[in-house]
Amino acid sequence: MKIRWSLMPYSIWMLIFVLVPMSLVFIFSFTSSSSGFTFENIVEAGKYSSVFLRSIVLGAVSTLICLVLGYPAAYSISKLSVKRQNVFIMLLMIPMWTSFLLRTYAWMTLLEYNGLINKFISFLGFSKFNMINTPGAVVLGMVYNFLPYMILPIYTVLTKIDKKVIEAAEDLGAGKAKVFTKVIFPLSIPGIISGFTMVFVPSVSTFIISKMLGGGSILVIGDLIEMQFLGNTYNPYLGSCISLILMIIIMICTGIMNCLGSENVKDENLVM
Amino acid sequence: MKSSIITLDNIHVSFHGEVVLKNLNLNIEEGEFVTLLGPSGCGKTTTLRIIAGFLSPDKGSIFFKGKKINKVPAHKREVNTIFQKYALFPHLNVYENVAFGLRLQKKSEQEIEEKVNEMLRMVNLGGFVDRDVNSLSGGQQQRVAIARALANNPKVLLLDEPLGALDLKLRKDMQSELKSIHQKTKITFILVTHDQEEALSMSDTVVVMDKGTVQQIGSPKDIYNEPQNAFVADFIGESNILPAVMIEDYKVRFSGKEFKCLDKGFEKMSAVDAVIRPEDVKVVSPNAGDISGTVTSVTFKGVHNEIIVDVEGFKWMVQTTESQETGDEIGLVIRPNDIHIMKTSSYSAEVGDYSAFSDEFYEEHQHSLKS
Repeated sequence: MKIRWSLMPYSIWMLIFVLVPMSLVFIFSFTSSSSGFTFENIVEAGKYSSVFLRSIVLGAVSTLICLVLGYPAAYSISKLSVKRQNVFIMLLMIPMWTSFLLRTYAWMTLLEYNGLINKFISFLGFSKFNMINTPGAVVLGMVYNFLPYMILPIYTVLTKIDKKVIEAAEDLGAGKAKVFTKVIFPLSIPGIISGFTMVFVPSVSTFIISKMLGGGSILVIGDLIEMQFLGNTYNPYLGSCISLILMIIIMICTGIMNCLGSENVKDENLVM
Repeated sequence: MKSSIITLDNIHVSFHGEVVLKNLNLNIEEGEFVTLLGPSGCGKTTTLRIIAGFLSPDKGSIFFKGKKINKVPAHKREVNTIFQKYALFPHLNVYENVAFGLRLQKKSEQEIEEKVNEMLRMVNLGGFVDRDVNSLSGGQQQRVAIARALANNPKVLLLDEPLGALDLKLRKDMQSELKSIHQKTKITFILVTHDQEEALSMSDTVVVMDKGTVQQIGSPKDIYNEPQNAFVADFIGESNILPAVMIEDYKVRFSGKEFKCLDKGFEKMSAVDAVIRPEDVKVVSPNAGDISGTVTSVTFKGVHNEIIVDVEGFKWMVQTTESQETGDEIGLVIRPNDIHIMKTSSYSAEVGDYSAFSDEFYEEHQHSLKS
């Protein structure tokens, strides 16, 4: 076999920074400070099943909302002239250039009990209500932060659809609605899958958003892992095990999505 | 008596101030095989898109069986298109591609199956129902596109350079296949192409277009034998187009000689263009010809040699089976039957002799026409 020398640095990088740490996580998951090989950590992690469930539900809800909001946005942008498309994509990207923390912090000041939104509401004569430190606030934070990652891949796939294929559908008797349901939507599924992955994965594993907008009352997997490494419950073995389980959950979820997608889409060129 | 199925009346189209079609009039009869022929940018594809309903003209009317259809959207017209690059649905298999139109018409599953199988058999793709369209070759994709369009039972089939992407051998096969499908189905075919040979061999009627206007409409024989102006003569096949003077009926002068011809009705002593096809010129010894000249280049073409002959500064193209060498003095015989007289047009000055001619240039030129 011919050795590709250009790949060597990358292979070494991957070995040191991907394979070795992953193996360590794997080994740590099945060991503890006292004994050698053990399933103790998995049993321990099982006690946090409600946290796992909460993370998955919050992540799934955010991903779904991102899809519902993002698809029409991506579709509308793809219909614009190229010049305008670029403007809208720029506007979408600009927030991503500012710090993630800063943006989430800004939402804190908006959602606080005495924050801007409640001030506005009471100005209109309604009574204030509690927004921050609720699951809703966490979902809002996720949607706000990850929405561009849903829009961009869908938009990219939509702009790549051959105009002639759409004309062919019209030619064969499809009105606007049928063109969408029978051609445009099925062809955009690879974009949806890729958007799903790009939103769901960070949503499930985030801890900053839940910390800032959930106020510590909404514990998610990310918080749990952080606690095992940085908190006073220091237990890197359990932390590794939880990470491993999270990774498996994400792999299963994206795997299911890919299967659902490939049933409709037979274009191998368009995987995420 | 055949009735007209598509009529274009005074169609005018411009994009960003550039005129694409001007005052186009065209009448297409039911069951006809019509070809719109011309170089790229002549407006032939635009004409097809107007008939399909993808484009509405700035001015003018489109009639379908006498009814004006300007406002009828593409999906409600009884015409179907075969696109240049097939435009198959990449997410559907062969069966579903062909069934697409039938499903929209809410046909029963059994009806759909019968029709799809019938169509696939017609294009010789019987065993391909479950195949992924992306795995098919260009020729097979083209067949799926034909089956898909015909499954809808269109009254008119529009073909937008359907064979352009196929290699020569396959193109020839598909040409005869399309022609036999036309004969079988008796549907009106409107084909767009820049390939004059394709146009001549397939159509009942050829519409030669350039710069957004129709240059000539006629049967392939008329178009070839009786071109109406220098553009048509030059675009269809090879032609020697000489500036000439019509002395009187049946008598014309070019290359400093008087020739008998079969044309009449031109004004006496008026300037005309004389067309002589390269295959009609006979090569003889220098003294035996009507005119004589020097061979400046010889190209072997398989069936014949293509030679360029310099006759007093005008370079003729002559096709001959006899072998000639560069530098040979030869005579050329031109019989009355070989001469075709046309009125001069704005193209007369543009199309010169073959002095700038070389195969390389020719191929580049052909290539630029295709792109």
